Amino acid sequence: MEETRKSKTILEVRNLNVVYETDLETVYAVNGVSFTVKEGETLGLVGETGAGKSTTALSILRLLAENTGKIREGSILFDGEDILEMDNLALQKLRGEDISMIFQDPMTSLNPVLTVGYQIAEVLELHNHDHRSAKEIDQKVEEMLRLVGIPPERKHEYPHQFSGGMKQRVVIAIALACEPRLLIADEPTTALDVTIQAQVIDMMEKLKDRLNTSMILITHDLGIVAEICDQVAIMYAGEIIERGTVYDIFESQRHHPYTEGLFGSIPRLDDETERLKPIKGLMPDPTDLPKGCKFSPRCPQCMDICREKRPPVCRYGSHEISCHLFGQSQEHEGRDEA
Amino acid sequence: MSEQTPLIETRALKKYFKTSKGVLHAVDDINMKIEKGTTLGVVGESGCGKSTLGRVVLGLIGATSGEIYYKGRDTVKFSKREMRGLRKEMQIIFQDPYASLNPRMSVSEIIAEPLRVNGILRNRREIDKRVKELMDTVGIASRLAYAYPHELDGGRRQRVGIARALSVNPEFIVCDEPVSSLDVSIQAQILNLMMDFQKEMGLTYMFITHDLSVVKHISDEIMVMYLGQCVERAPSKELFAQPKHPYTQALLKAVPIPSLKNRGKPREILPGEVTSPIDPQPGCRFAPRCKYAAERCRDPLAFQKISQNHFVACKLYEQAGREGEAQ
Repeated sequence: MEETRKSKTILEVRNLNVVYETDLETVYAVNGVSFTVKEGETLGLVGETGAGKSTTALSILRLLAENTGKIREGSILFDGEDILEMDNLALQKLRGEDISMIFQDPMTSLNPVLTVGYQIAEVLELHNHDHRSAKEIDQKVEEMLRLVGIPPERKHEYPHQFSGGMKQRVVIAIALACEPRLLIADEPTTALDVTIQAQVIDMMEKLKDRLNTSMILITHDLGIVAEICDQVAIMYAGEIIERGTVYDIFESQRHHPYTEGLFGSIPRLDDETERLKPIKGLMPDPTDLPKGCKFSPRCPQCMDICREKRPPVCRYGSHEISCHLFGQSQEHEGRDEA
Repeated sequence: MSEQTPLIETRALKKYFKTSKGVLHAVDDINMKIEKGTTLGVVGESGCGKSTLGRVVLGLIGATSGEIYYKGRDTVKFSKREMRGLRKEMQIIFQDPYASLNPRMSVSEIIAEPLRVNGILRNRREIDKRVKELMDTVGIASRLAYAYPHELDGGRRQRVGIARALSVNPEFIVCDEPVSSLDVSIQAQILNLMMDFQKEMGLTYMFITHDLSVVKHISDEIMVMYLGQCVERAPSKELFAQPKHPYTQALLKAVPIPSLKNRGKPREILPGEVTSPIDPQPGCRFAPRCKYAAERCRDPLAFQKISQNHFVACKLYEQAGREGEAQ
């Protein structure tokens, strides 16, 4: 395993609870999520639509919709400092400089009326602590473009002149311009073709290693997770139901039934699957979540206790599963404590 | 395979669009056959012409040239009236269930519409009965009969789209990325459903997708497209076991596999992007990105037979059939 270098924790999310409140209803988007990200490490946040992955990411940057999105409980420590306690000035400094984000859709996250060079320069100007001159900023813009594999001459072009893959490269250049310590990538390659996806992922990996950036990668693609994540957290209905190293998730024999369902649902290129084994039913209504285990209504191994009590977190070394199936027998076993 | 006429066959099928910049070759010289009861998977990346091909085959867009045979009859020459008759036998399921359902019609109205339009059932009670049956078949609760599309989630909407396509008892369905916008657990439900229907009703599918894992799962035969042309065609198993065309090989290597087998190994990455389909140069269109590209790649392409049903359009296989394999 790659846990030899003892790196320090740069982000710690504790018991995060987020709701979206309107006059009509309250959506329980994130319910008690906790995780940590270490320096230089990539955490994969996996789950389906509505699992609360994006809400978690937006909470870290305090970018939730102002009127409806509310963080009810919890703390988000970045380098020991609670982001939830920060004022606007501190947040401005944090965003783009310490933590930056790449959104799913490169088509909509760039401003169509500004040249891409201008948009990269903007971040550098906003966080210009070294008092760089306009010329130096321009050089940095060119350097960033070269870094993401775009000829620097193209800085005078507008987003519509770029293809989807190229636009996503521009977005990555913007996100990495200030060499942030944490990069949050929300489905960065979902909108791209596979060969372009491979190019972008390869590039992100190389840049991440070079700048020693930590990353939270939000995705629904287990293939990408297997390739680049160190840690994995699987989310369902606003909770992390299973968490561990990539080896725990892909090679351990024990899994949360939802994780098993997820793996059973994907057709494999490397395997002959005659028939897929989908998870029955649909995601629960986030305004009216089931009592006890949120997965219980769809779970093939549901027991009585699952409908009543929220499952405990069972630990097997670095591997954590929140499920009653493991709760009774091995609750305190915790074999190789890491 | 067999001697009988295939359900669908195209010969030198072309669809060009005139644009201000020149002629866009969306579908260029496609020859394909789909036997009854089987699935042809059409794979390729955005802009390779796979959706256009699906629509041309159905006659939703007119072909520029070439022939399309449905049960041995050339549908390109069909009159409007003959074409209408054919609509009952050929249907389409669209990618985006959000955009392909009329927001002002209820679920039951949407499913009933093809029945009424094609004059299959006229009696209201009969239509209602058939709609109920169809909703049962695809697994939509009958309480949703009067719901509108915005009230449904993506998976249910796609089920409505499938019910609508099945309502006229078609023989042939073009499925244009039917599961791409769905979550994996729902995607698996829909794929299973479609495979069940194929078995029960003997349906023939043309399954268009960019997702190689999905296409491998559902297809009997696969056609790989690049910039309007078919670059390789083979039975599903053979294509995945022995991809011959450099593009197919690159495509297969680019798919991230959900296991740790390849973790940490350097991956071969296909450089560059798809070039413009407007007024393309003669010869192989993949050549600018191909590591085996050579002078001869500018000459016109011809299909090389690799085995019984395996064809590849690549100069590497020109001499002596299987010699000089691109591995």
